[in-house]
Amino acid sequence: MPDPTPTPAANASSSTPHAATVEFDHVTKTYDPRAAKAGAPGAVNDLSLSIPAGRICVLVGPSGCGKTTSLKMVNRLIEPTKGRILLDGVDVATRDVTELRRGIGYVIQQTGLFPHQTIEDNVATVPRLLGWPKARQKERAQELLGVVGLDPSRYARRYPAQLSGGERQRVGVARALAADPPVMLMDEPFGAVDPIVRERLQNEFLRLQEQLAKTILFVTHDIDEAIKLGDVVAVFRDGGIVEQFAPPAEILAAPASEFVARFVGADRGLKRLSLTRVNDVELGHAPTARAGDGAADARERTRRNELPYLLLLDAEDRPIGWVDEARLPAEGQLGDRLVSATSPLLDRRTTLKDALSMLLDADVQIGVVVDRRGAYRGIITVEQIAGFTRETAREAQVRADAATG
Amino acid sequence: MGIIGDVIAWLTDPAHWTGPSGIPTRVAEHLAISLAALVIASLIALPIGLYVGHTRRGGQSAVNVANLARAIPSLALIGIAVPITVLVDPQVGFKVLPTLIAMIVLGIPPILINTYTGITEVDRDLTEAANGMGLTSRQVLTGVELPLAASVIMAGIGSAAVQIIATATLGAIFGFGGLGSYLVQGIAQNDDAMLFSGVVLVAALAVGAEAAFGFLGRALRPHEVDTATPALLEPSQPEGTPAVG
Repeated sequence: MPDPTPTPAANASSSTPHAATVEFDHVTKTYDPRAAKAGAPGAVNDLSLSIPAGRICVLVGPSGCGKTTSLKMVNRLIEPTKGRILLDGVDVATRDVTELRRGIGYVIQQTGLFPHQTIEDNVATVPRLLGWPKARQKERAQELLGVVGLDPSRYARRYPAQLSGGERQRVGVARALAADPPVMLMDEPFGAVDPIVRERLQNEFLRLQEQLAKTILFVTHDIDEAIKLGDVVAVFRDGGIVEQFAPPAEILAAPASEFVARFVGADRGLKRLSLTRVNDVELGHAPTARAGDGAADARERTRRNELPYLLLLDAEDRPIGWVDEARLPAEGQLGDRLVSATSPLLDRRTTLKDALSMLLDADVQIGVVVDRRGAYRGIITVEQIAGFTRETAREAQVRADAATG
Repeated sequence: MGIIGDVIAWLTDPAHWTGPSGIPTRVAEHLAISLAALVIASLIALPIGLYVGHTRRGGQSAVNVANLARAIPSLALIGIAVPITVLVDPQVGFKVLPTLIAMIVLGIPPILINTYTGITEVDRDLTEAANGMGLTSRQVLTGVELPLAASVIMAGIGSAAVQIIATATLGAIFGFGGLGSYLVQGIAQNDDAMLFSGVVLVAALAVGAEAAFGFLGRALRPHEVDTATPALLEPSQPEGTPAVG
């Protein structure tokens, strides 16, 4: 039996970032020597990737492209035919296979929860294998259920069959995190749940990763999921060939090949917008005035501005609405009743894609950006969004050319 | 009085409940040899079934051989065993051993087939997840496959028990006691009450065994389909980040 004293991992709190680098060094997997060139399903061909510690690397591609095979070679469920895989510089082939696996979190689409064990026992699987004391196992399981948003008092004693698909998937993630592994392998973990639950799980996953900062290899066939979750994305094609390995924005802006361009889809421009937040764009400014301010000065300023509107704010600088330049009185005070139109309020974290969508629907196609308290920060227009994407596409192309040239 | 009345009268006659050929003795003999055969058959079939199920190697040939053994009539099997057991010990050879061997041979197939099936029916994703988390091969077998296959295995042991109890009856022809003695003697003495009482007792024993193992099997069933407690709904939680401020 392993030493019953807690391992360093047992003492590490889940908030301590603890990650390792993962490197594929000319890894090849062939299932049949004769089919080596033909690229049998699941084969991998001379894969070299270097994933920095604490990042999410998404392996994406059509089915049978070798992405799952690549994942399983990290925890040696599949052994490579050629090449090495290094965790923090150490070749996984040189490590004891059970000890290696206990140090790598593993989440699969079908969850793989043990139906005959309670949720708590499922989560404590690896701590139990590592010989942690019983009380510590239990404590850790309860802690992790909380981390993934499941109330331990309600869920700990239940069985997997009593949970919904989304809940089971959370338990799967909690179980993989149990021994605080530096690396997590996730094989289409959100593939089997409905789109609404999937989106929620993805958001929670990203939030969790912000605290945990694990090195995560994430397999999916869904390009949107890859773009949303990946810090870097490896696009695979049949035969286990990586067509492009780059941050999502670069893949969208400058696909390395015809295959990648087709795989990311014709709407890749819109997809890029979903990667950028209002925060990333230099905001414009509209003429503004507070309710109660003198009309004459406001009118003068609005005339000088190219926008035919004035944005009326309340005493706390929160937008009330737009006042048409033509309706601005020559004298007196500005009031609410002058407001003739409103437009969408955008948060600094709103994606450009959502912002654009809202602008297209609005009376006045100018997005008003507010801060957390709701106070006016600036404006964003359709032209600004278009200009920003043109600019970044050009930059990405230059970077991609520099990388390949 | 009809045969039913005769049987009831025979079974309730106090004289038939004492002595070396009384019902308690015969039942005890019958159960003892059946239990011995069941234990030995399990000791042979379980490890083979677990091994071929776990490794998924040679499963089909094991099942085929087991089915072949199943096809041989019990009586023929005892007949085949006699000349062999006589070589071992002429005395015992003609009483317990031939029947015991036949019972074991007939008990193995249902246990082996159910064990193999039960283990292979465990979801591959589950065993792969277990492997991926660092369970050793043995831990996967004992901690995942065996508990999940337990009820199927228990059903196989139940079928074997019924088969064995039925076969033990034939042992009387070859000189072994047990409840079969009532059938053999009943035919020889033209005593229908004794004959059918024997039949009733054997049937009761077999049905009892079936029920007992059925109960055990249900007790061992995993919580896979637990309809007693309804599934919890998704916890109502706020969405990640609202898109609009």
